[in-house]
Amino acid sequence: MLLIPCPWCGHRDESEFTCGGEAHIQRPPDPAALDDAEWADYVFMRTNPKGRHRERWCHSHGCGRWFNVERHTVTHDIVAVYRMGETPPDDGDVDGS
Amino acid sequence: MTRYSIFSLARNAIGYHRSWPRAWRSPEPAPTYDVVIVGGGGHGLATAYYLAKEHDVGRIAVLEKSWLGGGNTGRNTTIIRSNYLWDESAHLYEKALQLYEGLSRELNFNIMLSQRGVLNLAHNEHDLKEMSRRVRAIRLNGIDSEILDPAGVKTEVPIINIAGDVRYPILGASLQRRGGVARHDAVAWGFARAADARGVDIIQNCEVTGIEIANGRIRGLRTSRGTIATKKVALVAAGHSSVLAAMAGLRLPIESHPLQAMVSEPIKPVLNSVVMSNTVHVYVSQSDKGELVIGAGIDGFNSYAQRGSFQVVESQMGALLELFPIFSRLRMLRQWGGIVDVCPDASPVVGKTPVDGLYINCGWGTGGFKATPASGWAFAHTIARDEPHELNAPFTLERFSTGALIDEHGAAAVAH
Repeated sequence: MLLIPCPWCGHRDESEFTCGGEAHIQRPPDPAALDDAEWADYVFMRTNPKGRHRERWCHSHGCGRWFNVERHTVTHDIVAVYRMGETPPDDGDVDGS
Repeated sequence: MTRYSIFSLARNAIGYHRSWPRAWRSPEPAPTYDVVIVGGGGHGLATAYYLAKEHDVGRIAVLEKSWLGGGNTGRNTTIIRSNYLWDESAHLYEKALQLYEGLSRELNFNIMLSQRGVLNLAHNEHDLKEMSRRVRAIRLNGIDSEILDPAGVKTEVPIINIAGDVRYPILGASLQRRGGVARHDAVAWGFARAADARGVDIIQNCEVTGIEIANGRIRGLRTSRGTIATKKVALVAAGHSSVLAAMAGLRLPIESHPLQAMVSEPIKPVLNSVVMSNTVHVYVSQSDKGELVIGAGIDGFNSYAQRGSFQVVESQMGALLELFPIFSRLRMLRQWGGIVDVCPDASPVVGKTPVDGLYINCGWGTGGFKATPASGWAFAHTIARDEPHELNAPFTLERFSTGALIDEHGAAAVAH
């Protein structure tokens, strides 16, 4: 089980949280300008890296707030936690393992 | 290949079983192949077998980074059924069930298929209506399916609790009598042995580290055991599909999640069917050894670690005891996780890619084992003819652009 540091509530059990998947997927500013393949890329395609992954979590059974976590998908180590709207920590190659 | 039979068994028994031949060779990789299949699980080996048997494509290799069937093929809960809602899925999974029904004879390898019946429970008014709709859709596709009331469920599964005083009472079930279980390892080994006998090189401990592409065409593969030149590469890597696709510059609509399962200590036969419940999130059958084989839903986060979190196990046990209070003092023996490749519409991707000569078979998510033979059958056709078989034609990567999704969350999201 993961021990997740909520930026507002501190360390809590994973069972209090909901994982919201890959972070930093921006809604295209002009959706009508996209072709079907580009729209599919936004809606469906995911990076799914084996290594460090930036993802959104919600403290759904706690404060109810969303935030970002950078976590390794093999070791499950949480490398960084930062609030929505904050810039992710610049630590080089995120997708590599 | 030595045929397995009662006579070969007797002959080898006389010799104290010291002279059984190896079931498949362990060749060094050749510098070139006509088709290279990446992934030595059930689906990859089935693809190799049907390519060698049904199509004339030349030399075939299967590359496996560790050992055969060591991933999800050896980690699933072995359930086979074809009670899917949509026509596209129903045809594919029914083809798989039909191939399974003749597979032990076809492969000369006992896959221990046991068509003991699969029950899908309904726990509320919505479940009942949805079940009624599904059973009718399934029957329209010529697939056996029937509806049971609670007394009927109790007749099929005498130890189940159908009392009305629980949070999720059992109000009915659908039953596919042709569904059941098979020995998962035997499916991998049977396909491997039969493919090897037809000249397929099965190369274990050989990890693909790069895909060589020139002018939009496949040229070859870089592996941990040297470079292999080939014009056709078929990726069948389940949880690692995104990693391999990224080597070819492709993005997939897939996220990798842990899916956990466990077995109990062995007990005397008490459960003669496969019992599944989407509403309370558990599915259970009893193995020939007497262990209960129990599966859960996926863990919520992305992972490649083949392990999951404890709260999933806990909720799985809660659901099991809700259905079977009789198991309350049973101890669990082993627990494990596999990495499943989950697609947004809970249906697989089997077909071509934008790279010429690169084919992909992935996205089976939590329920690929039951489809193994049909997946290999249709994928082999796709690779050999460079166009999909009618069974897998709807399961393209392009469906995510065209919008022709095949939403099987009701059939596939939880229960396998």
